[in-house]
Parts: sequence; structure tokens; C-alpha cells
Amino acid sequence: MKRKLEISELIFKILSYLFLTVFAICCLYPFLYAIFSAISGREAVEVGQVVLFPKDIQFEAFKSMFTNNMFWNSYTNTLFITFYGTLWAMGVAILGGYALSKKRLLFRKTFNFFLVFTMWFSAGIIPQYRNYLNTQEVFSDLGITDDKWLIVIAMGMAAMNIILLRNAFEGVPSEIEEAAIVDGATEMQVLTNVYIPMSKSTIATVALFFAISRWNGYFWARRMITNSNEHPLQVFIRLQLENFKDSDQMAGWNKPYAADSAIYALIVCAIIPILIIYPFIQKYFAKGVNMGGVKE
Amino acid sequence: MKKLASDYLVYDEVTGKYHEDPEQVVRDDVEKHYWLNVARTVLKDWRLYLMLVPMLLVFLFWRYFPMYELLGCFKIYDANTDVADQAYSGFTYFIELFRGDTPISIEFWRAFRNTFVISFYGLLFGFPMPIIIALFFNEIKSNIARSVYQVLTYLPKFMSTVVMTTLITMLVRQSSGTVGIQMGVISNLLYQLGLITKEVGDAGLLNNPGFFRAIYQISGIWETAGYDSIVFFAAIIAISPTSYEAAQIDGANKMAQMRYVVLPSILSTVVIMLITRIGSLLNVGYEKVMLLYNESTYITADVVSTFANRTGIESTNAAVLQGISSSAEILNNIVGMLLVIGANTIARKASDVSLY
Repeated sequence: MKRKLEISELIFKILSYLFLTVFAICCLYPFLYAIFSAISGREAVEVGQVVLFPKDIQFEAFKSMFTNNMFWNSYTNTLFITFYGTLWAMGVAILGGYALSKKRLLFRKTFNFFLVFTMWFSAGIIPQYRNYLNTQEVFSDLGITDDKWLIVIAMGMAAMNIILLRNAFEGVPSEIEEAAIVDGATEMQVLTNVYIPMSKSTIATVALFFAISRWNGYFWARRMITNSNEHPLQVFIRLQLENFKDSDQMAGWNKPYAADSAIYALIVCAIIPILIIYPFIQKYFAKGVNMGGVKE
Repeated sequence: MKKLASDYLVYDEVTGKYHEDPEQVVRDDVEKHYWLNVARTVLKDWRLYLMLVPMLLVFLFWRYFPMYELLGCFKIYDANTDVADQAYSGFTYFIELFRGDTPISIEFWRAFRNTFVISFYGLLFGFPMPIIIALFFNEIKSNIARSVYQVLTYLPKFMSTVVMTTLITMLVRQSSGTVGIQMGVISNLLYQLGLITKEVGDAGLLNNPGFFRAIYQISGIWETAGYDSIVFFAAIIAISPTSYEAAQIDGANKMAQMRYVVLPSILSTVVIMLITRIGSLLNVGYEKVMLLYNESTYITADVVSTFANRTGIESTNAAVLQGISSSAEILNNIVGMLLVIGANTIARKASDVSLY
């Protein structure tokens, strides 16, 4: 028999629905508003008539952006950085995490501390900046003049992600490894044929963490990449916003859409790829957070 | 303290002679061959150790070398020489910062205070929010409804700082009288509700130092509260339904169930998250501040990292100020590190929960 809800429980239930509905709408609305404003007519956007629905629909803002070479350029750069950055970081993190997961590793505690200390203490922006400048010099001596490689190789490593991988590898039963070794597998084969398949979901999660942080990276890209052809998308968006602010008072805007719409269209284009893959990756992120327990 | 050889001598009653403790002989032997054994083990297992190398190099080059650059805090800055070769200047930069009467030290103290205030507000308002949301999620028994809520509330977390700040900037933008452009939609909403005057809205909320902290915190909750609730929600759904039933049979109402069933079960998670939070107390996301503030809001918005970036990298005489701004940041980071270690120690003493 189902128990009747007590009055306090009922109130709490109603409150939950109410609160979550309001909060969910608050989370969603700014993005909807961006979409509506990007496709609304100039007059409607400027006077502030766009609130709940788009008005006088136009696609000129999108069209002019799609014909802008710099936009596509920055998009390609972001894809480049995200792809190679994730690949590089994953390679380093999987190898490191695997080695750290082994109990037989000598100085295991020391190596762990070496990692964890970077989560506690960071030298700060200026020493990092000087360090990156030095790296840039070394790279150009080696003939790598494209600053994207600097971003890919020197940045974005996170101790937390390595620890996640280490914990996952520690969870693989050692009997399986022993069996593989008896069958004559080398260390590398054990990793690729046993450990990686057995911790697929953690690896996917960590790869997504890296990929998202690469896709969203801004500050160092802005600092270190001087050639505007190599700017990633985030830097491009920011520069557009700064230009927009500078020209805010100008009365000579003669496009069929509002100046705001141009910015909103850019935002929409930046979030669409994430919106498309988001439903598929969401569950991995939820998982990743729950794995976040750090132990030593 | 080094022990004397005679300390290891054992008196043998049968023969009436002293002889060496056999365990100590073994111990000495192990000690003598320690590094040899290490080398032998590493060589035998070289594949495993080779796997560590890329990771160690990455961290060494780009995490620990910057720490070496910190030596510059005690030296007279010179862009053309290596840090190691620069002349020592002692603690001049730190003294300069602490004085409190030069423009740069006034600015530093303001930034330091702001860092504390911003992160304290973040702790006060930002920390309980995910827990509350997780409690509410637990009430939604329909899986579909809950998934919808989760998808929607996690969403902002996946957007980049640049996209979020651009959006915020646009939503509270100033109006433009000459061309008849209205103030941003959120400003307009607040104005319609009577919370702000038209002048304030027209001037743009982000140009008003009084609104920066509110905007920063509210947008912070918007970005992370939903996603951060995952951890707490996982702790809550791990509670066995029988616990609730037992409490209900004992006549516990919802408040009592919260107090005696839910709260004890999620306490360890809350403590861990609190430690993390306190640990990163002084680690205010400088990117977001940098993207949202402007000259008119430095009073409330400027944090140590942005201050360091502005004086040590962006300003026209950055080369001269690099040492001092780097020192400012290092003070901030050291206090931050002490906070992590302190919070962790307290948590370990008080309960059996600790993070590192």
C-alpha cells in the first residue's frame, strides 16, 4: 500500500518543482534571448521589443558573419587546438596516470606529490607569461613558428585529470594484468589491450574535460598569439565585442540588422557545436564529477 | 642523531663476548645498496618509468619552471638577463607593497581585499546553492522530468567564459541615446520591477561599481550551481530508501527527515566540497573578472591576478613593474596554499574526511 504524503512532504515537493522550473528557465533564457535577438529585425532589437519571441525575422546578421573569412579562420584554429591539444594531453595523461597507478612504482608518493602540488600552488600569471615567452623562443629556434603549437603543447595539462585516470586504472583488478603478462604481453600491450578498454568511460570523460577546456580557452591564446590569423574563436568573439563597444555610439551603422544582432549571432555560432554534442556528452560529465575523489 | 657502533653490540651471556646485532648488519647492507637496488629495479622495469617521462617533463617545463622564475621577486628586474643572473634586491618589492601609501601599494591592498570579498561572497551564496538544488532534484521522482531539469541547469557550465561574459555584457548593456538603442534586457527587467532607476540602467550596470559583485555572483550561480549539484545529488540518491521509511514510521516530517536522514549522509561530501572551495578561496577566476571589469569598476572588481596582469604585462611600463606585480601575486598564492593545507588539516582532525 502506498503511503499518503504528509503535508510537509507535499509542500516540499511543490516547492521543488517551482524552484527548479524557475531556475531552469533562468539558465536557458539568456541563450534563447541571444538566438531571438540574432534573428530579429533592427528596429525591434534596438528599441527592445524582443523579449519572448523574435520579431521581424532576418538572417542578415548570420549571413554577413558566414561570409567573414576571419570567422571561419578562427573556427578552424579552435578546431585545430581542440583536436591536437586533446590528443597530446590525453597521450601524456594516460601514460603518466598508468605508471602512477602501479603499486610497484618506486617513489610513487613523490611523483604524486609532484602532481598534486601544482594544484595547490601556482606561480602566477607573470612568471607563467615569462615562461611561455621563453618557450616561444625555444620553439621558434626549433622551427615551430605557428603559435598554435605553443598552446597545444605547453598549456592545458591538469593534474586533476591525471589523478582521475590514475584512480580508474587502480580500479582494474590486478589479476587481469597478471594474466596478460603470463600470456607474454608487454607493458604497452597491457595498457592498450587491458587497461584502456576497461576504463573506457573515464577516458572518455577526461578527454571531454580536456576538449572543453581547449575549446573554451581564451586568456593565454589572447596573450601569446600575436598573428590575428591564428586567433581561436574565443579571442575572435572578444575582439568583436571590444570593437563593438568602441563603435557603440556611432550613428553611421547602416546594416539591415542591429549592431547587437551581429554579436548575438556570433555567440549563437560559438555555442551551437556545444549544444549539438551536449546531450551525448552530458552523462559523462556527471560521471566525471563523481569520480573526483582524490586519494593518495 | 647518529648512533655509535657500540649501541649495536649485543652481549652474549653464553660466551661472555660482545658481537654485532645481526639485524643491524642486514640493515647496513640494505642501506649501502639502496641506490644500486633502485637503479636495478628501474632498469628492469624501464618501460613503466619511461611512461612517466612525458608527464614529468610537461609539469617540469610549464608548472615548475615558472616557479623558478619567482626568484625574480627578490631581484632587480631586467628583461634582458636571465633571472639567475639578475642582482638581488632583497625584499624591496614586498616592503613597497606593504607600505600602503604609494599608488601601487594602495591598488594592491584594494585588489587583495576585493579578492577576499569576492571569494567570501562566492562561498556564502555560491556554496549552498548546489546543495539546495540537489535536495530539490531528489524530490523529482519522474526520471524524464528530472533529466530535463538536469540538462537545462547543467548547460551554462559548458559555455566558455568569453561567451558567458559577452552575453552578460550584452544583457546589461548601456543604452545609446544618440541612436535610440535601449538598455539591455536584464537591466530593463530590473527597471520595470523598480529595482534600479532609469539613469543607472542607461549608464550600463557593468559600468557601475555597486553592481559588479552582484553580477559576478549571480552569473556565477547561473553558470555552476546546476552542475555542481551533481556531487551532492549523487550522495543523496545513495541513501537507502529504508532510512526514509524508518524515519517516516517514527513520525518524522520532511524537516526532521532532512535533519536526521539526509544531512548526516551527505555531510562528508559537503565537507570535501567545502575544503576544495576554501582551498581555492583566493583563486578567483581572473579570466572572468578580466572580461567583465573596466576602469570604472576597479574599486570593487580588481582582484590580485588582474592587478598583476594589468601592471606587470599590459601597462606601458610593465617591464619596471613586473617584479612588484609578480610579488603581489605570489603573496596571494601563498596565502591561498596555506588555506588549502589548513582547511585540509582541520577537516582531517575533525572528521575522517580529507581531500589530499
